[in-house]
Amino acid sequence: METFLQFLFGGLTVGAVYAMVALGFTIIYNASDVINFAQGEFVMLGGMCTVFFSLWGLPLPLAAVAAVIAASLVGVALNKLAIEPARGANVVTLIIITIGASIFLRGLAQVVFDKQFHRLPSFSGDQPIDVLGATLTPQSLWVMGGAAVIVVVLWYFFTRTTFGKSILATSHNRLAARLVGINVEVVLLASFALSAAIGALAGILVTPITLTSFDAGTMLALKGFAAAILGGMGNPLGAVVGGLLVGIAEAMGAGYLSSEYKDAVAFLIILCVLFVMPSGLFGRRGTERV
Amino acid sequence: MPEPMLKVEALTSHYGRIQALKGVDLQVAEGELVALVGGNGAGKTTLLRTLSGVQPASGGRVIFEGEDITRLKPHARVQRGIAQVPEGRQVWGPLSVEDNLRLGAVLRRDRQVAADLERVYGMFPILKERRRQPAGTLSGGQQQMLAMGRALLTKPRLMLLDEPSMGLAPLLVEQILAAVVDLKRQGTTVFLVEQNAFAALRIADRGYVLETGNVVLSDTGRALLANERVKEAYLGV
Repeated sequence: METFLQFLFGGLTVGAVYAMVALGFTIIYNASDVINFAQGEFVMLGGMCTVFFSLWGLPLPLAAVAAVIAASLVGVALNKLAIEPARGANVVTLIIITIGASIFLRGLAQVVFDKQFHRLPSFSGDQPIDVLGATLTPQSLWVMGGAAVIVVVLWYFFTRTTFGKSILATSHNRLAARLVGINVEVVLLASFALSAAIGALAGILVTPITLTSFDAGTMLALKGFAAAILGGMGNPLGAVVGGLLVGIAEAMGAGYLSSEYKDAVAFLIILCVLFVMPSGLFGRRGTERV
Repeated sequence: MPEPMLKVEALTSHYGRIQALKGVDLQVAEGELVALVGGNGAGKTTLLRTLSGVQPASGGRVIFEGEDITRLKPHARVQRGIAQVPEGRQVWGPLSVEDNLRLGAVLRRDRQVAADLERVYGMFPILKERRRQPAGTLSGGQQQMLAMGRALLTKPRLMLLDEPSMGLAPLLVEQILAAVVDLKRQGTTVFLVEQNAFAALRIADRGYVLETGNVVLSDTGRALLANERVKEAYLGV
């Protein structure tokens, strides 16, 4: 029982990170139909920028805020410089562009920062908390709590504010959005900035646990993508549930089978979902997007 | 004659290499209800899309209240008072009826929004009854009312309506067209595009007939209804 609980805590922690990455996929996908494979680089930038901003003398909280802003600017630039010029291109082309952007960002991080692994200090110390015989680190609580806060803030933003609703409206029917005067370019820009900010926050929260490096984003993007597919691409609730499920499945697989296969679990999930229920757990049935 | 509110000059538009508008000229004066009729593929929807700026013009000009708006983005045109109720209604299905309406006012900063919302609810009481429901659960006629209400909340000076009677039962067509006449009576200028030529020309001050991207006839609504060519081609008599 204790081991099960231990694996569950581990799974929920990484799952919360996958959920945040999957939410990033979801927001950009809904606003633009683009699956942004540079999503993992936002996570990497969050961690790496915080590390280096604090090395350069900023106190940790300030470094974290600056890192989120930096990542958002990169997100905006990604939209302006890489996605927007290719407007009207088909979806596969756009996906390839985001893969290119992801490789570029990784290379840039390698040059601007370095190739080493870096860590951040835990936010509230390392004294583990005992829960029913299993241990939970304070940083795990930060990760899960951070993801929960992001979910609540996003829910409020998309259901209670006019700007959030205009983003939703644009994703449901772009023509109608343009006809009432919603500026879809601003919506796109905001979606990329928001999505990058969420990724960066995930990166900052998880770096004290997993360390970070210039290429930390690749795997996270793939796992987050698996989560988004499992939950149903485009559905925010699906992204969160999918993220947690992928995280738990991975932790259980690593714990009970072999940690060698840890990374295989996410890909197995992608394959199964695509074969058995391509629209995912909460996805729209069929292809109704027009 | 005073300068018309909307003046379209030699407007052309293309989809790739296919020319959908071949130099359209027309005018709408303030306070008028003008109908544009024509068959399938005549370019009616393209014309409205070009007026709203969601389809680029390849040549010619669109003048609104003396200003050349041919190259303006859609939101800038909404801001100047041009609203469109698109073909097929295009409501945001998962959003509530009230959210659909309120998003019509997304560009507005004035304090009249709540009053205008009540006005729309007054015109279409069924929308008030269903204001918390997702718009996708409404019937076709109710969605048409919602699309009109949403456009009204942009506070338009010129309302473009694309096939409001499409797919509706005769009784509902009557109700929707009565609402269009009401709009005009309350001072909104209306440009109505219809395949249902009889219904549209009956309520219009003036009408244009569009065929394969060209305006081929224009006259008062009454005169067009009596025109032999219109009768034969569009009224089925």
